[in-house]
Amino acid sequence: MPGDLKDGRIVIVGASLAGLRAAEALREEGFTGSLTVVGDEPHPPYDRPPLSKQVLLGQATADSTGLPMRQDPNADWRLGVRATGVDLLAKQVLLEDGESLPYDRLLIATGTRARPWPNPAEAALDGVFALRTREDAGGLAQRLTAGPERVLVIGGGFTGSEIASACRERGLEVTVAERGPAPLVGALGGTLSKLAAAMQRNHGVDLRTGVTVTALNGNGSFTGAELSDGSRVDADVCVVALGAVRNVEWLAESGLAAGPRGIACDAGCRAFNMYGIVTDDVFVAGDVSRFPHPLFGYQMLSLEHWGNAVEQAEVAAHNMVNPGPLQRPHLAVPSFWSTQFGLNIKSVGVPTYSDHVVIAQGSLEARRLAMVYGYQGRVTAAVTVDMAKALDYYRHLIETAAPFPPPPGAQDRAVAADLAIPSDVPDPKGLSHGPTVALTGYLPDRRLTLVQPG
Amino acid sequence: MASDTLLARITDYANRPDPYPLYAELREAGPVVRQADGSYLIGTYHEIVALLHDPRMSADPRSRTAPAPYEVTRKPSFLRLDDPEHHRLRNSAMRPFGPPHSPGRVDSMRGEIVQLTKELAEVFQEGRQIDVVDDFAYPLPVTVICRLLGIPDKDEQLFQDWTDTLVASADIGPEGDTAERDQAADQAQQEMGQYLVQLAEQRRGRPTGDMLSDLVNEPDPAARLSEEDLAANTILLFIAGHETTVNLIANGVLTLLRRPDQLDRLREDPSLLPRAVEELLRYEPPVHMRERVPLVDIDVAGTTIPGGTSVILALASGSRDPMRFSEPDRFDPTRPDNQHVGFGSGIHLCFGAPLARIEAEAALGALLPHLGTARLVQDPPPYRQNAMLRGPRHLPIQL
Repeated sequence: MPGDLKDGRIVIVGASLAGLRAAEALREEGFTGSLTVVGDEPHPPYDRPPLSKQVLLGQATADSTGLPMRQDPNADWRLGVRATGVDLLAKQVLLEDGESLPYDRLLIATGTRARPWPNPAEAALDGVFALRTREDAGGLAQRLTAGPERVLVIGGGFTGSEIASACRERGLEVTVAERGPAPLVGALGGTLSKLAAAMQRNHGVDLRTGVTVTALNGNGSFTGAELSDGSRVDADVCVVALGAVRNVEWLAESGLAAGPRGIACDAGCRAFNMYGIVTDDVFVAGDVSRFPHPLFGYQMLSLEHWGNAVEQAEVAAHNMVNPGPLQRPHLAVPSFWSTQFGLNIKSVGVPTYSDHVVIAQGSLEARRLAMVYGYQGRVTAAVTVDMAKALDYYRHLIETAAPFPPPPGAQDRAVAADLAIPSDVPDPKGLSHGPTVALTGYLPDRRLTLVQPG
Repeated sequence: MASDTLLARITDYANRPDPYPLYAELREAGPVVRQADGSYLIGTYHEIVALLHDPRMSADPRSRTAPAPYEVTRKPSFLRLDDPEHHRLRNSAMRPFGPPHSPGRVDSMRGEIVQLTKELAEVFQEGRQIDVVDDFAYPLPVTVICRLLGIPDKDEQLFQDWTDTLVASADIGPEGDTAERDQAADQAQQEMGQYLVQLAEQRRGRPTGDMLSDLVNEPDPAARLSEEDLAANTILLFIAGHETTVNLIANGVLTLLRRPDQLDRLREDPSLLPRAVEELLRYEPPVHMRERVPLVDIDVAGTTIPGGTSVILALASGSRDPMRFSEPDRFDPTRPDNQHVGFGSGIHLCFGAPLARIEAEAALGALLPHLGTARLVQDPPPYRQNAMLRGPRHLPIQL
């Protein structure tokens, strides 16, 4: 029946967390039409957070992180095939094998890939790894088990720090080279990054900050690296953890608003075209998306968060099979977690959307705290270290735009709880590696010229 | 009737068999209901959850200034302490109990627990009358917690007497002479603590694989407990480790015998058991109320509650709030999105929840084959005195 949103053809491009959850949610929403999921990796959807933690520690194998299905979405899975383009007018997804998949509605959930080392010859040295896929993790875990002399980790973001933590837990020597003044500074700002730096050094990490790696050495096999301060690191394994690149190249000719910072969409996950006009049959979800969030000034957010992939996929799926007035916005408060060096770090809100912070509970010295971030006098984020159960309270403050600093009276209240200090978050223009959160409202990717189709 | 006496009516023993209409009355009276004695009663789901997560709410009875403060001489267990002391003690207890330091501890007991339930249920022949509480729901968790901690079976009775005294003093309500009750509790606390510390001492350097051994042989000096804290922690673990589970199991049997359709459903499909246990924790939870005290004046749903005031969170009411759960008074083991507050929430979230879940699952699983033809001898059964920790004192059934 034409116009019946519960029927028809839906194609999902991207077979990871967001793609799977969207497929499941479409069926839960009552979609009975044909469903095709395209993925460039040969595997069914799998979970990535364990790849930099349990897998590197040898507690789980790389091929054991398959995502459980809540229910079989009864989809046609096209795995190991890359999508190469979209024809919006003909409503077709083009595949690398020459096939084209017609759709009535399309969901793009192509996510990100590891940012590669810029010099391909150096990147090809044996012993140089990235960490994004199951194969990456399996290979790196195997190399760690073999007992290298030293591991060099390039980039002190969450992935780099988790890798360094796993190495130390396995008793391996590790050097972390970070361009910023401390690890995690890009996601959490200056104050907590000091704690991160202290934890790394306390756990025996050779932490080099304010440096970049200028060259990887080796003749066939990686042997070490040159740093921008003139020093060298001798190591036999190197992990490039410079963040992620959004998988948007295949959409270059599509006419969608797709650029290096992701594919722009509205609050209902509907993609914009290159002229800023919203589409009604192309939806976006997960790491590859860029969407406006009312709690953060409607700036376009890109989140590489597990939770965002799930929540946005569910909203996108809902909106794909419901008419306009019944559609709903993706308003979830961003959140993410990490475990490293024995610490459990959890975040809600957007720490980089801040001008000041206070340590509301606990302390840096106790290695247990709740740090609250504010922007122009209201609470916009909170990060806990080994205090995860406090997070719900701060989430509520963010949701209700509560005044910053948070009210007095909390248990384990820090002496510094009233002393708001600058949050020292980085200018997104200067980020050294892929951001956990990019606020991109005021950073147009490129100038567009209106072209009349011929 | 006036809602400012709801707490008195809820704690009135006459209403023990069915407090749920009173909870409905409470929710209808508003999210925050001031009581005649100056305390506040809260029975709506969202307010309860928010307050359980609010770091300005103290669990420490010594934070209370109104109504009339009672003398608390003993330092409370971590169940009733605030951070950072609460965290230090809870964390020390958690190290030998759960993740990340002892991830397999609870799950590794599953087989032993299933075996125990089988042995207990073996003698339940058709035609017999049994007391579900005395013959099953009580002995199971007591044996489990004794083995977990490392207490010899022969001393179980000793522990039973101490426990009864301590639980009685933890109740709220006007009846009885509290001075005498508190004195008895003090003494029980002391004796039980001494016993446990001595038992633990015997395992220093000679660990026997139980939690007492792990606690005295803790390798991390920062996580080691003083003698006083060791006593307080192990007493808490012992009591909390069985007291509520008894009620969970007994409430479960009672609920299923009252709902033969749901009982049949479970007998046909025992894979529903884990979800049935969650539904029991929502529908007939062992813990009905918890007390909290705001450290400063706080605003709850438009009402300012002054700092130092007793606030009673009616968890059992919250888990039946129609604003949160559809058809909350229906027992439905397949209920989706069952985020009950049966184990509380926030920093005091039930420490023993994973163990309680396994015990309840195993217990009901072992009883299911016997319940098809069973009937309640007495409905409602006689209840225990305690209004906060609610459950049948006896549950006679005819097999």
